[in-house]
Amino acid sequence: MSVAVADHAIDEVPLVAASEAGPAPKRIVVAYGFWIFLLSDIVMFSALFAAYAVLKRATAGGPTGAELFNQVSVALETAFLLASSYTCGLMSLAIRSKRHVATYLGGAVTFVLGAAFLGLEIREFANMIAQGATPQRSAFLSAFFALVGCHGLHITGGLIWLIVMMAQVAVMGFRTRVQLRLMCFSLFWHTLDIIWVGIFSVVYLMAIAP
Amino acid sequence: MTELRLDRAPGDASTRVQFEAAPPGLVIYTIGLFFAVLLTATSFWVANTSLLWAPGISIGLVVLAIAQMGVHLVFFLHITTGPDNTNNVLALAFGILIVLLVLAGSLWIMKDLDTNMMLSPELMQHMQH
Repeated sequence: MSVAVADHAIDEVPLVAASEAGPAPKRIVVAYGFWIFLLSDIVMFSALFAAYAVLKRATAGGPTGAELFNQVSVALETAFLLASSYTCGLMSLAIRSKRHVATYLGGAVTFVLGAAFLGLEIREFANMIAQGATPQRSAFLSAFFALVGCHGLHITGGLIWLIVMMAQVAVMGFRTRVQLRLMCFSLFWHTLDIIWVGIFSVVYLMAIAP
Repeated sequence: MTELRLDRAPGDASTRVQFEAAPPGLVIYTIGLFFAVLLTATSFWVANTSLLWAPGISIGLVVLAIAQMGVHLVFFLHITTGPDNTNNVLALAFGILIVLLVLAGSLWIMKDLDTNMMLSPELMQHMQH
């Protein structure tokens, strides 16, 4: 019965051209604006990627990427971040249907996986610095720490944002405002995973490859 | 009765798709995860194997990375070619244009500088004295 009504409704309602539909709903305006911000963030990362690609061989006699990078740790980081992106998607499904427990569960798993990623990355940086591979050592290492460190800072910001959002869900419930912020958060988190795809391919795997 | 719009927020599943027999969100995310894992595993295999022609490996890694970014865009961010997604796709296309200009431009100019500014050994000697 409800299907029949829905079919009927879609026949009756004419599709309105975007230019004649009046102001867009807030959900579209907010998400589109945040999408523009994310694209500008990607453009900033592309500058860091370009700097890294140019300076990759400028090791100044210091350690190269092949000597420094640990492939197992990179594979684990990749797995954690990808799984975290997936659970973030499941969390946004729970938000859509306003299920509290599923939202908290999705948020918690996303947070734990993101924190595991960040922990591995901090351990990797600490190991490199202990070996004398500091950002000041060579142009290659400066570019490496700028690019991967900037991504790590974004992840840190995302984790703090996720805690704030879980608190807002607990206090304010699924108000429109909170839902819009959660939507922006999941866009942000998925985009960080896209940037990590570039980092593990271009920075780590290309250095390890024969 | 709400009117149907031709716009859709990035990250939102299509409103029109809900009327058709579209797979539920969970299925879409899981398909995306499957493809992403497949492409990531292939990337790690490509970087480690000795079966492939070594000079082609970096190009292969770039192609796999771009493919995986596409999977993330379609299955996680729900960016599609549908008419309700035109604004989002146009913004993305502009972003990609800038990214390509920055990357290709930097690499091209710096490679050119590297080749053309390399001093001949005699000139190097001359400069040092």
